[in-house]
Order: sequence, then C-alpha cells, then structure tokens
Amino acid sequence: MASVYPNNDYLLQIDELHTYFDTLDGTVRAVDGVSLAIKPGQTVGLVGESGCGKSVTAASVLRLLPQRTSRIVNGEILFRRRDGDTVDMAKLNPDGAVIRSIRGNEISMIFQEPLTSLSPVYTVGSQIAETVALHQAVSRREARERSIDLLAQVGIPNAAQRFDEYPHQFSGGMRQRAMIAMALSCQPRLLIADEPTTALDVTIQAQILELMKQLQADLGMAILIITHDLGVIAEMAETVAVMYLGKIVESGDVRTIFKRPLHPYTVGLLRSVPQLGSRAKERLTPIPGSVPDPFAVITGCAFHQRCPVPKTAACRGEVELTEVEPGHFVRCTLY
Amino acid sequence: MTTSYQSGSLQTDQLYEYYRDLDRRRAATVDEYDAAAAAGAAADDARFALSQWRLMARKFVRNRAALAGGVVIVLFYLGAIFADFLVPYTLTTRYRERIYLPPQAIHFFDQGKFAPFVYGIKLEIDPVSFRKHYTRDETQKYPVQLFGRGEPYKALGLFESDRHLFGVEGDGVINLLGTDRQGRDMLTRIFLGSQISLTIGLVGVILSLTFGTVLGVVSGFFGGWVDDLIQRAIELVRSFPSIPLWMALSAAVPVHWPPLQVYFAVTLILSLIGWTWLARQLRGKILSLRHEDYILAAKLLGASNGRIIFKHLIPASIGHIIVVSTLAMPSMILAETALSFLGLGLQPPITSWGVLLQEVQDIQSIALYPWVFTPVLFIVLAILAFNFLGDGLRDAADPYTR
Repeated sequence: MASVYPNNDYLLQIDELHTYFDTLDGTVRAVDGVSLAIKPGQTVGLVGESGCGKSVTAASVLRLLPQRTSRIVNGEILFRRRDGDTVDMAKLNPDGAVIRSIRGNEISMIFQEPLTSLSPVYTVGSQIAETVALHQAVSRREARERSIDLLAQVGIPNAAQRFDEYPHQFSGGMRQRAMIAMALSCQPRLLIADEPTTALDVTIQAQILELMKQLQADLGMAILIITHDLGVIAEMAETVAVMYLGKIVESGDVRTIFKRPLHPYTVGLLRSVPQLGSRAKERLTPIPGSVPDPFAVITGCAFHQRCPVPKTAACRGEVELTEVEPGHFVRCTLY
Repeated sequence: MTTSYQSGSLQTDQLYEYYRDLDRRRAATVDEYDAAAAAGAAADDARFALSQWRLMARKFVRNRAALAGGVVIVLFYLGAIFADFLVPYTLTTRYRERIYLPPQAIHFFDQGKFAPFVYGIKLEIDPVSFRKHYTRDETQKYPVQLFGRGEPYKALGLFESDRHLFGVEGDGVINLLGTDRQGRDMLTRIFLGSQISLTIGLVGVILSLTFGTVLGVVSGFFGGWVDDLIQRAIELVRSFPSIPLWMALSAAVPVHWPPLQVYFAVTLILSLIGWTWLARQLRGKILSLRHEDYILAAKLLGASNGRIIFKHLIPASIGHIIVVSTLAMPSMILAETALSFLGLGLQPPITSWGVLLQEVQDIQSIALYPWVFTPVLFIVLAILAFNFLGDGLRDAADPYTR
C-alpha cells in the first residue's frame, strides 16, 4: 500500500493501521485505516469524539491491547529507534523484549486518570525509580536521586520528601505531574499523552500543558496528544488529525484546520464549541444525530448520514484521503 | 494527489452555511427531530442492552463444568420425581432368597437379536463356611420388559399405578446394583432414597435462606443494637459444635411422630444451624451497598426502610443469594447423610442415602458385599455437581471476572 507520507525522516510513521476487536456480538473496527506521521520534536494532535478510536490507535502503537480479543489486521507502525534502526511495531511480539525496551524508554505514555494509573500501594517515588531501574543500569541510590530530580523538574515542591509519599497524598494536578515525571525518566523520543488533562480543572490544565511544552523544549521530544478538547489542540499541537469512527477525516497544520476546515465533520466540531460571550438562551449547535453503532459496517463515508451537505451517490462508495493543498488532507467526496 | 478546488475560505464558508441551514430547518421542526432522535436512540439501546440475566446466562453456558453440573443435577431431580416409575420394585419388596446378591448384568443380545434379558440365579450355600454363593443359571432366561406391570405404587403420592420402566416377569429378578441384607434391590432403594435426600436439601435451603436473608439484611441495614444482638446470636449458634448440637436436637424429636413429621423436624434442625452463614455474608454485602448513591437517592425521594430493603437491597444481592444457596445444598445433603448415618435424624422405614449407609456399617459389608456402598457414589456425584453448578453461577454473576 503506497504510503501517504513518502518522506523518510519521520520518527513514527503509522501507515494504514487497522485494529479490530473480536467480540461475541460481532467485530468492532476500532481503527479502520489511520495514517499518521510524527517528525522528531513535533507535536501532533489527534482529536475526535468519544469512541472514534483515538485511544485504541495509541494503544496499538505500544501493543497494549488485549491479545485475546484484538488484532492488528494490517498496517505498519514504523518507529526509528535511538540507534538508527527502524522497527515495525505492528509486527513485534507484544510480550517480547524488543517492545519492552521501547516502552518507557523510547516511547512513553501518560494516561487520563492519574489516580488509577499509579499503584496505590507503592510510594510515588518508588514507582518512578522502578522505571529508571528497568531501563538503565544504575544503583538504587542513583535511581532515587534521579527520581527526586525528575520530581523537582516537573514542579513538585519538596521533592525529596514527596518521594516517599503515596498517590492518595497527592492532588490531581500533582499526580499528573508525577506521572509525567515517570514518563520522562528515560528521556523518550516520543511522548503519547492520552487525554492528559481531561480529569483536571482548567487552571491545573493550563499548568500541565505549560509544563509539557517546557519539557518538550528541554528534551527535544515529540508529543502525540490525544484529546477531544479543541482548546488543548489549539494550545499544544502543530499538526492535527481529526478522527471519526476509526478513520482520519482531515489532517493538516493546526492553523489551517481551525481557520479553514474543509471536512463537514470538522466544521461541525468547531461549531459545536460553546463560545464565551454568546448571548444567553442562544441554542447550542451540536452535530445532529449520533455516532453509529460500532458493530455496524458502514459502506462509504462514515459521516454521510449526519452530513448537512447534500449527498451524492459517491458518498456511499470508498472515499480516499486526498491532499487538497500541501500538507492538508481531507477524506470527503467534495474533493 | 492534489485537486483544484475553490479557494479555501470560500469552501469553508459554504460548509458553515450548510450547517446554518440545517439549524434553521431543525428549529422549525424541533419536535419531529427530537422524536426521531429519541427513537433512534431507543433502537440502539435495545440492541446493546442485553439484560443482566441474559448476560449471566451466556457466561454460564460457556463454563462447561458448570453446565455439566447443572445437567447432572437436573437428571438427579428428575430421577427423584419419577423414581417410583423408573425402578422395578418398591421400597418394601424383598426377596429372602436373594440376600446380598451381587450386581446382575443385563445381556442385550439373545442369539443375535436385540432382546435384553437376565439369567436366573441359583443359590448355593457352602456347607463349611455357610457363605452364600450365587451362580448364574443359564437355563433360565428372563426377558427384560419395558413399561411392564409390576408392584403397585403411588406415583408422587397422588395416583396409583403399577407400570415400571423396566422389569422382569414371573419369578425372575433383576438387580442391577445387587441387593442388601434383606434382599431389597439396591437400585430401587437408591433412587427412592434420593427423593428424601435431595429434597431435604431443597427444603432446608429455602428455610435457611428465608431466615438468613431477613436476619442478615436487618442486621446490616439497621446497625446499632439490632446488629449487635443478631451477630451475638449468630456467634452463639456457631460456637456450638455442630454434631453434638444436632444430636441433642434430634433426641428431642418425639419417637412416636410419623415419618413425615420427623423429616420436617430434621430439615428444621439443619436449617436452624445453616442460616448463620448466609446471614453473615448478606450482612457484609448490605453494609457495602448501604452507602451506594442510589440508596441515598431512594431515601431522599422518601422511600421507607422496608421499600429500600425489598426493592433495592435484596434485588442487588440476589445473585449472591442464589450462589450461596446453591453451595449450601451439598452441605445440607451431607449433613443429613451424617445425621442418619449416626442413627439420629431419619430412621428406617424412611429411606435416604444416609439411612442406606447406616445399615451397612459393618466389616461384613465392606469386605464381602461392597456393592452396598453404591449410595456413596451417588452422594459424591450429587455434591460435585452442586459444587460445579454453584461455582459456575458465582462466576456468571460476577461482572468483573472474564
């Protein structure tokens, strides 16, 4: 399958990824043709409704999905490692040593709910030190020193004292910082942030995003930020990809997407954000209809039932991702 | 692949305009749209909302051991219900010339034709040791009859009949599992005994279930001194060693009582001790459920305590109750077996598996006539089947295991 992104200087290149889940009620096509490319040091955003397949894409990259029920049907996930080798992560053994040497070491992930992502029975410090010890041959004292440094770096005061405290003694924002510290402990080249600020209030959200940007500048790492919040995308991302029902429907530079969106779904998303300062009792404008049944296999464009544009026969056929201007891709029959 | 299109901002403006059109149309026909959306949502829900019971059933059926256990239990109970019909004799039939007969074999083919039959039996007594010795008398062949007429009985205690599933005519006998000390057919006694053994478990569990549920729920829900009182009572009952307690209670049963009354007294005794387990477990479950938000919501809506208990707490613990009851049955069956084995509880002429075992408590039986211990096999099968079934139910009811 010819790659949409022919360039070879990418850090991570996902090419036509298809991840399906086999359940008793049918097969769910969670990711149905996602192509994404991340350059070193770049911030890419992945945005979409709940249930469109964003988290599954991230989990597929790191092979974190349950093996019994999920399978990567086809597609490539090419990752260029520190030593220059390129490895196809889709073909790796999910339990093998290779992927374990990548996870935490070269690609890190932070999750939405830091309280459930941190083990409640171990101290925060020991969990960070565990990551350090797993990938670097250092003594226990050195691992502890490094972890305290990291905690200080992410902005936790009294880091040496906090090292020995448990997650329930941290506030939400501090837990997220601790998780970021854990993710960055081995200086990964790619950080995947799966809805990192959804569980936090807005002021803390701003702080965490600021921290991530600063650390990115310090370490020169790329970030894949997955969210349904367009404000976070506007703040963080340079490139953004919009997903709907497992497919990417529009992708490109963030300013272009926000100012001149070309896919009806993107337009609908941007319209549905409530505006500060709008008149009271003005109706909100959501996209009509709801996301289709994940078990249904829809032929053609997945959005065409909800699309306000007059439909043509082509909407029920295969719709390809086309490059309407350099770097701006849209999957719609209008183009 | 680049295609030419109208300059970007114009296309975007057009898309926004399409949405505004849609909004105008929706504002005009708001009710239609909402109804359509609601109908669509309802259809979706119907497709996704497999009820809790169907999900449980699906999970249960995938567990082969549990399914096997369930099938065995159903067969046992069917056998108990139709026991009078299924066996060739009645409880009191005895053949004095067939004492301690070893199991007989049915031969299925008579000179090439499918015609099941049994051979006759000849009795010889060794003159020196007086041991009985049975030999097959090949000159006499008794064909096995299906649905033949035999001893009369009262089916389910309701109507008279004398048809049996299989039997032999004339003076032949068919003892598939041998006979006991008085020449009574073991198969008959086991099947008829299962009626008592299996139903004691059932009745006993229902009694202790009711008692235990009420006390456990009251204890957990109200707390305070009621809880303390009930828990101390439970501890009092549990601290007695069970067998002496059973013995004492059984001894209190008057000797002149008819067998059926004795049977119920025994069930009552067993369930008076068995309820504590369920009460304790339910109390724990209620303690954790009491703080759920939906109970608080019910209280805020003005629900009475009784309503909260019966409409919310008990249905929430029904899965637990079912499982505990299914697992309590084998212990009831074993308890009855133990009681009767010790000579308390049920006495002959009521027959249960325990009574059957009580009659063979001697070295003779173990050494010379081991087939009289076949009730043990049936007891083991029943208990295993109940355990598998209970385990399977518990796994099916638990939403957190795969």
